[in-house]
Amino acid sequence: MDKFDIYLIGVGGQGIGLLSETLVRAIDHAGFKVQGVDTHGLAQRGGVVESFIRIGPSHSPLVLRGRADLVIALEINEALRGTNNFLRDGGTLLYSPTEWQPLAVRIREDRQDVRAAIAAECNQRNIKKVLAEKIELEDPRMENVVILATLARENLIPGLKKGHFSLALQDLMAGKVLEKNLEIFSRVFPG
Amino acid sequence: MKKLGDVLLNPEPFSELLMGNYALVRAMLESGVRVVTSYPGSPTPEIGAAITSLPPENNPLYFEFSVNEKVALEVAFGAAVNGHTSCVFFKSVGLNVASDSFIQLGLMDIPGGMVIVLGDDPGANSSQNEQDNRHFARLSYIPIFEPQDPREAYAMFKEAVRISREKHMPVVLRLTTHVCHAKQIIDFSGLKITEPNNEPGFSPEKFGPYIPLTASVFELKKIALQRLKDFQKDIEVSPFNEIINNGADRGIITAGLPFKSLMDIIPEMEQSVNILRLGVVHPLPEKLVINFLKDNGEVKILEELDDFLEQKIKSLAYDHNLNTIIEGKVDLDDWIGEYTPDKVWDVLEKNWPDLLRPREEKKPLHQAIPRPPQMCPGCGHRSAFYAINKALDEDHISVADIGCHTLGYLPPYSLGQVLLSMGHCSGTASGLSLFNTSKKVLAFLGDSTLFHAGLPGIINSVFNQHDFTLVIMENDTTAMTGHQDNPGSGRNVRGKTKKIAIAPLLESLGVEKILEVDTYNQKKLTEYVKEALAFEGFSVVIAKHPCMLKFSREQRKKGFALKNVRITEKCREIHACVSAFGCPSFQLEKDGTVWVHEDLCIGDGSCIQTCPVQAIEIKK
Repeated sequence: MDKFDIYLIGVGGQGIGLLSETLVRAIDHAGFKVQGVDTHGLAQRGGVVESFIRIGPSHSPLVLRGRADLVIALEINEALRGTNNFLRDGGTLLYSPTEWQPLAVRIREDRQDVRAAIAAECNQRNIKKVLAEKIELEDPRMENVVILATLARENLIPGLKKGHFSLALQDLMAGKVLEKNLEIFSRVFPG
Repeated sequence: MKKLGDVLLNPEPFSELLMGNYALVRAMLESGVRVVTSYPGSPTPEIGAAITSLPPENNPLYFEFSVNEKVALEVAFGAAVNGHTSCVFFKSVGLNVASDSFIQLGLMDIPGGMVIVLGDDPGANSSQNEQDNRHFARLSYIPIFEPQDPREAYAMFKEAVRISREKHMPVVLRLTTHVCHAKQIIDFSGLKITEPNNEPGFSPEKFGPYIPLTASVFELKKIALQRLKDFQKDIEVSPFNEIINNGADRGIITAGLPFKSLMDIIPEMEQSVNILRLGVVHPLPEKLVINFLKDNGEVKILEELDDFLEQKIKSLAYDHNLNTIIEGKVDLDDWIGEYTPDKVWDVLEKNWPDLLRPREEKKPLHQAIPRPPQMCPGCGHRSAFYAINKALDEDHISVADIGCHTLGYLPPYSLGQVLLSMGHCSGTASGLSLFNTSKKVLAFLGDSTLFHAGLPGIINSVFNQHDFTLVIMENDTTAMTGHQDNPGSGRNVRGKTKKIAIAPLLESLGVEKILEVDTYNQKKLTEYVKEALAFEGFSVVIAKHPCMLKFSREQRKKGFALKNVRITEKCREIHACVSAFGCPSFQLEKDGTVWVHEDLCIGDGSCIQTCPVQAIEIKK
């Protein structure tokens, strides 16, 4: 595949590390050249977590601002941040409807209609918006499988098929956990 | 499922997608490293996680998280002078703690070989500064390898061990955050684990002297300088240096990850450049550098953080009467931040405005609301800060230390107003309390940091009779870096240990006032802090509660569902839970309604006592 850059963003605790690891492995199983990097830092304390995945020819694991072809956001405020910082004009935003209010909202220092802000930004810059569905899950981190299944169903990464995702999940988990994840995957993308 | 431990022990050559920190462990195994030590600190703790993933019955590495970086380095040194190849790894600022012994390493003959893995943090992603540890190489006469990616980190580690064993010289492998954490496919060699030799090889007669006192210091220093000089000749032909000749008249000298950033913006260039990429940044392959300077009319030194290479290269050009124009740092911004592709673009544009095509600047319609890191739901530190604030007058001074509890400086708690380094709090608080009769001084210290570097400050407070209150935030683990055990945990990486209890330890040091309480008992904690502040002299409050992130993860793993709290009809929208207690589980609607986010709440109930109208309860 030609160059294709992905930027993932979420909040510490959402399991972005495993999501990114699964995606990198799926891309590798599809036979593409790939590299990635997570920013750890203070991530597990509820701050912003980000991850970069680069398919095809690339050097640094980091992507230039405004150059990512696809932004994946696990939280709605982070969807706006990711779009503003890394998504190219005409790119794709895949995001979860999950919302975890930032501190400033909870202590009444700030508030915004983030859904409207995302819509305006995407509209102005010709960005394709894909909203992942919200389904009842026993562990909120399983929302990440919904994201992966949506990626496959909507064919957002050209050449990446359902089978590649299953192989990646099999690399990283086993037994009941694997079964449950594959079941959620198939619920979102039966194909 | 691919288990990391099994992957790392694969006897056959193989290719696998791994992050830099994990790849290093394979390099340790392949090169026969026997002893590995560390104190946890980002960006390196995953090296420890990879080592502990090796099945114990099959693990040829002795590994420990020591109490601090200095001790870790000394354990690795002791093993290496006894003939066992060793490695110590820690974060950037860890070298400051270890430096007293690190500086001496260069003088020592180390027959087993010893590699020091440094995780520098340009961009200060998870550190209190972005110090450039290359400077330590000059102080200690120790060479530094600098890999550009995980693949090269793996290869360079093995080369560093080879050189270290051959020359009996310590070698530094300096990684930066995004080399440690980058993931790529790496081709690994086969692995043959040989029967270890337990014979003590320590021999001052053969390899010493090891006592650097006046007479021998000069001799040892000369040997160290000579070793470095010999090594300098070797690296003129090292495969880790790379020249890309594009027939241009301008060149760039760079190293490490900034080289990768540079390569990424080459397609944005309107003119070509030649590149010299250095794999060893101390000492420099001088001939290689001089020839590159001669071949280019103008050379830019593209280096992250300080002007370490620039100084040396400019002095080389002076010594060799070269007319090459050498461009270094232009302004203060060039000294600051990680050299990402965007940053490299900014930096090069300043030197050579004609080099890159113009950049489009985009301004978003709406900025996203910032999201600072915060304490987790159920965190004992939140309960502690909430309760401590109730015990304080307006006029007080609070001293922070390093750990999750540093986050107390943020609203709504605003506790902890000054921070230097690991364990500084007692010393700084002592100084703040001198001549100070109007403001009470309060300091915070975590348990891992207490064992790491906090004890001398505490002993000094007893010895020199200082007057302040120290709150020890005990959570039984090293939470910030991923829950490594500390001497108070009652465990180490191998299993159960005798727990060092903090209260009896302080008693034995002669601390007269020690009060101990579970932080979830907020009322009692408020009383204790008041009592301790009223005490004349040095007083300690131990505020204990296990790390709830660790606890809730363990519960989930065991298959227990976590409870939630809920807001009842009694709510009068006073918002103490949201704005004073500040648990992230509480969500505030525009109309003032508060609700509990089920993704976040762990049902610990530490919030229940904060509601003045008892409107929070555990959900049935």
